[in-house]
Amino acid sequence: MIKSYKARRVIANTFIYILLGGLGLIWVSPLVYLVLHSFRGEGLAYVSYLIPKQLSFDNYKALFTVTADSSVDFPRWFLNTFIIAIFSCIISTLAVLMVSYAFSRLRFKARKPLINVGMILGMFPGFMTMIAIYYLLKALGTAIPLFTNPQFELIICYSAGAGLGYQISKGFFDTIPRALDEAATIDGATRNQIFWKIILPMSKPILVYTILTSFIGPWTDFILAKIIVGVDPPNYTVAIGLQAMIQSDMVVNNFKKFLAGSVCVAVPITILFMLMQRYYVEGVTAGGVKG
Amino acid sequence: MKFIDYVQLNPFQKFWYNFKKFFKALPSNIVKFFVAIGNFFKKIGLGIGRGFAGYFSRFIKGDWATKLSYVVMGFSNIVRGQIIKGLLFLAVEVGFIFFMIGFGAEKIYNLGFFNNGKVGFVETYEGVNERGNPVTIHGDVSMVLLLYGVMTIIIIGVFFVCYIASTKSAYKAEQMQAAGEKLPTFRQEIKAFGDEKFHVTLMAFPSLTISIFTIMPLIFMILTAFTNYDHDHLVELFSWHGFKTFGDVFNSTSQAQMSTTFLELTKWTLIWAVLATVVNYILGMIVALMINKKGIKLKALWRTLFVVTVAVPQFVSLLLMSQMLDVNGGAINVLLKDVLHVSGNYIDFLGGENYWVARITVLVVNVWVGIPYTILITSGILMNIPADLYESATIDGAGPVRSFFSITLPYMLFVTTPYLITTFIGNINNFNVIYLLTNGKQGSNDLYGGASHTDLLVTWLFKLTMDKKDYNYAAAIGILVFIVCATVSLLTFNLTKSAKNEEEFS
Repeated sequence: MIKSYKARRVIANTFIYILLGGLGLIWVSPLVYLVLHSFRGEGLAYVSYLIPKQLSFDNYKALFTVTADSSVDFPRWFLNTFIIAIFSCIISTLAVLMVSYAFSRLRFKARKPLINVGMILGMFPGFMTMIAIYYLLKALGTAIPLFTNPQFELIICYSAGAGLGYQISKGFFDTIPRALDEAATIDGATRNQIFWKIILPMSKPILVYTILTSFIGPWTDFILAKIIVGVDPPNYTVAIGLQAMIQSDMVVNNFKKFLAGSVCVAVPITILFMLMQRYYVEGVTAGGVKG
Repeated sequence: MKFIDYVQLNPFQKFWYNFKKFFKALPSNIVKFFVAIGNFFKKIGLGIGRGFAGYFSRFIKGDWATKLSYVVMGFSNIVRGQIIKGLLFLAVEVGFIFFMIGFGAEKIYNLGFFNNGKVGFVETYEGVNERGNPVTIHGDVSMVLLLYGVMTIIIIGVFFVCYIASTKSAYKAEQMQAAGEKLPTFRQEIKAFGDEKFHVTLMAFPSLTISIFTIMPLIFMILTAFTNYDHDHLVELFSWHGFKTFGDVFNSTSQAQMSTTFLELTKWTLIWAVLATVVNYILGMIVALMINKKGIKLKALWRTLFVVTVAVPQFVSLLLMSQMLDVNGGAINVLLKDVLHVSGNYIDFLGGENYWVARITVLVVNVWVGIPYTILITSGILMNIPADLYESATIDGAGPVRSFFSITLPYMLFVTTPYLITTFIGNINNFNVIYLLTNGKQGSNDLYGGASHTDLLVTWLFKLTMDKKDYNYAAAIGILVFIVCATVSLLTFNLTKSAKNEEEFS
């Protein structure tokens, strides 16, 4: 029996430090492995040791030099994804803000039913509609040539349903006192002006959160892109491209390039996420957790 | 039982009491749930009835111009000086008529009302061309026709809404004129869209895109569940066959493979969803408590170590994991065999004979993916638990385990029920973890549609559409998943008090 309270606390804390250290190691080690082996000079896909023997930039160089006969065109995939992300980010941010502002601050007859419809639509598994969307886009493509461009199709797909993700920013708008709106209305402001001049400037956290999530979305989406883009390598986004690189017939030659490519995608996204971490937690707890 | 009695119970009795209370209340809650659904439909029915009553009473009360507007949309507005508005209504009507003549009527006609439920008329067949060579003569494609049919029905619906709005506007214009008021000019009406009608402006664009790219495909897929659009009817025309698809999914005699697959995967989906949710929730909370414990230094460092895994795009970390678990020398096998010498040969974590190995591996990887999320979400709330609760528990002799189960867990459960439900639903639909880790690694001959024992219902749905092309079964399974998710969330949201106090702050 340890008598002193202090000694007991020290032992407890040491135990916690050891546990946290061990767990932390388990949690980051795959990522350390990813970064370390993306610089590995020797060997093909798999090696029978964990620490690389030579470090070099060869994998990155190989990743960004495109040869004519190779189906791996990472710079092109990166550019594709970047364009898609920029456009769908702008459109979806606008859509989310418009819907959530209307649901949160304005009162109209169809409000409650529309909120319920939005909730119900969100409960259907997303994959159910994907194949129908694919054929719909094909049908539209026969009438409007723009709809045969995979980048454009993906932008449409990512931003069309964005309005359904209104819950989190609605939760945020709900917390802004209505007295502000009333005061502005008395001063003669229209609702349009209230939206742009009063509510938006006050909603920086949720604005940042919405912009970043909708920018990150296209980088991480995998399945919808795979269905829409099809099998033509120049149209791939990074997610499909990286997955294609480690299919069983290509993995031996491409594994190290896959690691390098993963690092190239993960680093910017990780930095963005770390920047918006605070907003992320605020957003999720405001929308999803209520006491 | 009064509150004072309740407080005196020990935790096990309290738990037992709450447990009994929950199940005692369950039947009445389920009844309430169905009553609520009934009321919902009653309300819709009454609304439609009232709408029609209004429609006819406006017609009876209105003057000749209003009556004529029921046929020529916008006529009353034009006569009374709102010329642009009236012309817009008229343009909508003319456009709709042209659309129906040139396109819509045929699409509705093709939907199968006139061909014994077959969608389309002309079958594709192997014929010969004028030079006598064999060639495929392309007929109707049912799938495209159904898609156009749904499109037409939605356009008819939109037109109907415009039509009702025009009759209302016609009657209103008449009444305002009769009362001697000045009718708003077109410019004033446009201005109203920045103020009283601002919601219309805001909602117009998102609802348009949502109806085209979410609602329409959804209606299309729901309808395919009631057809025989499977891999035998890709070229042939398919036809309506009611609830037979749903019957097949449950029928263990004629469709044995289908229904055993469904049963097997449903069991695994539920096991997966419960375990993935509960394990991540509790373990994540324990780690968060350790990080936030008083006297632990370098809190930011510990937090970052875990949170980095959330930040890395999920497909990257999952693809990486699937490579690290690879049987041909992935990093984890190297660690176990070549570095630590624990196991004699490389283990096939994801594709082994015994599918429980793969299932457990997937669950463990999901712990790696999921715990950081729980840490992120719960840290803030954990800090809000009053410290004196823990202090008094320590004085009363409770150890850390006891305080966790008697203080932390009940408190957190109370606050984060909505989050838990969303996570549970998210796990039922957790496509990424299963697909990116196990796709193609687990073969199975005893399950239908290329499904393996690690597949969830949603990944099976995906395989049914993409590989097997059984669109009707995929749609039926999607609907069943939806029913489960919707019931779970509606029941629990109604049970918890946290059901939306949205006006609280305003």
